[in-house]
Amino acid sequence: MIRVVLPQHLRTLAHVDGEVTLDVEGIVTQRSALDALEARYPMLCGTMRDHVTQKRRPFIRFFACEEDLSNVSPDAPLPDAVATGAEPLLVVGAIAGG
Amino acid sequence: MSSVRVLVGTHKGAFILTSDGKRKRWKVSGPHFAGWEIYHLKGSPVDPNRIYASQTSGWFGQIIQRSNDGGKTWETPGGETLPTPGSMPAGASNKFVYDTTPETGKPLTTHQWYDGTQHPWEFKRVWHLEPSLTDPDTVYAGVEDAAIFRTTDGGVTWHELPGLRGHGTGPKWQPGAGGMCLHTILLDPGDPGRIYIAISSAGAFRTDDAGQTWKPINRGLKSNYIPDPAAEIGHCVHRISLHPSRPNVLFMQKHWDVMRSDDAGDTWHEVSGNLPTDFGFVIDVNAHEPETIYVVPIKSDSEHFPLEGKLRVYRSRTGGNEWEPLTKGLPQRNCYVNVLRDAMAVDQLDSCGVYFGTTGGQVYASADAGENWSPIVHDLPAVLSVEVQTLQ
Repeated sequence: MIRVVLPQHLRTLAHVDGEVTLDVEGIVTQRSALDALEARYPMLCGTMRDHVTQKRRPFIRFFACEEDLSNVSPDAPLPDAVATGAEPLLVVGAIAGG
Repeated sequence: MSSVRVLVGTHKGAFILTSDGKRKRWKVSGPHFAGWEIYHLKGSPVDPNRIYASQTSGWFGQIIQRSNDGGKTWETPGGETLPTPGSMPAGASNKFVYDTTPETGKPLTTHQWYDGTQHPWEFKRVWHLEPSLTDPDTVYAGVEDAAIFRTTDGGVTWHELPGLRGHGTGPKWQPGAGGMCLHTILLDPGDPGRIYIAISSAGAFRTDDAGQTWKPINRGLKSNYIPDPAAEIGHCVHRISLHPSRPNVLFMQKHWDVMRSDDAGDTWHEVSGNLPTDFGFVIDVNAHEPETIYVVPIKSDSEHFPLEGKLRVYRSRTGGNEWEPLTKGLPQRNCYVNVLRDAMAVDQLDSCGVYFGTTGGQVYASADAGENWSPIVHDLPAVLSVEVQTLQ
C-alpha cells in the first residue's frame, strides 16, 4: 500500500480528504502509482499528466523523501519508503501567481 | 411565475444568480469550483436543470462538469464511477484529443505560428459549450487550439468534428493575442444541419451538414491588420449572434467593425454607423425584436476599456448603423473594465432582460431592454462569461 498526498484542488475534484492510500501491483513507479490513482479516481485523468503522451503537466511536480522526482523517469522505481508506505508521494502544484 | 438564472463564469470560479421575473432581488450562489477558471457554463434548452461547465486550470488542465439540478450539485461525467468491462473509458470527459485518423483527420496536425512556421495543434481549454437544441446529452465544445468537439453521451466522451480543421485553410490559421480559440457556436433552430462557428483569428465558418463539411464565410469582412484585408480567412472575429426567428441574419462584432449578414454569412456588410468606436467583444440580439442589437464599444488597440472611462451599452433598433448609448445605472466616470466576448446574454421575459459581466467583477442587468441598469453583484473575480436561463 502506498500513500499519496494530492493538492487541494485535486482532493476537491476527487472528493477525498487527506491522504489517499492505494494498492499498487508490482514495482512501485510514478507510472504505476498514477495508474492506480487514476483507476481509483477517474476524474483525475488528465489533471497530472497528458491524456495521450502521459507526460507530466508542466506545473505539476512529484516529491518524495525530500527529493524532487519530477524529472525522474516515470518507470524508475520510487524510493522504498514510498513503496512501503512509510513516506507519501506528494503531488504538488507549482507555486505561481495569478 | 417565471424566473431567471444567470450563469456566470469567472477567472476564479462560477456563480449562479437567481431572481424572479421582476429581476429586482437576487440570490447569489457560489463560488462553485473556487480557484478554477470557468470559461463558460450553459444549460440545455430542453432540460434547463442540465448545465454544463468548462472548468480549466493552467496547473491541472481541462475538466468538464455537469449538473442535473440547476447547478446545486455537480459531477464529472463518467468520472464518478469505476469502469467496468465494456463501459465508456473512465476519465474521458476531460479528454479532448484531435482527430488525426487518415479517414477523417487527413491528418491535419499543424497551423501557422506567430513566427510564420507551422506549429502542432495543442489542446489548451474549452472556451464555449453549446448544448443541443433538442437533446440534453448532445453538446458542442469550442476549444483552443481551434477545433469543435461534440459529445452525444452527456459529456462522458468527446469527439472532434474534424472537417472544420481539415477543410483546407487550417494550416493558414494563426492565433491572436488571446490564443487560437473557437469561441462562438450558433445552432440554427430551423435547420439541424446548420452550425456557425467563429475563431480568433481565422474568421467565421459554416456547416450545412451537421459538421461533416465546413466553409469560410468571411466575404465582406475587411481587416487592415492582415496582408490582404479581404482575405478568405485570417479575420479576428470576436463574437457572432443571431435571433432564433431569423437564423439567416447574423450580427458580428469583429476586432474592428460591427458587421451584418442577411444571407447566412455568405456576404457581410458593415453596420458600425455612429458608434464611437467599432471595436468591442460582445454582441447580442433582443429576444423579441430581431432588429434590436446590443454592443459594448471598447477603446483599442491595447487599452481595452470603455472610452473616456464611461461604461456604455449601445443599442441599435434598426439592425445596425443607427446606435444610441444606454447609460442609466452604468458608471460614467473612472470605469476601466472590459467586457469579454462571451459575457453578454439576454433573457426571454416579456420585457427583455439584458445582462453583461465585466473584468472588474460586476454583473449588470437591465430588466427593460437596456433602458435602466443595475449591478446584480459588484465584486466577483473577472467575469469571463454570462449566460441566462429563463425558467417557467
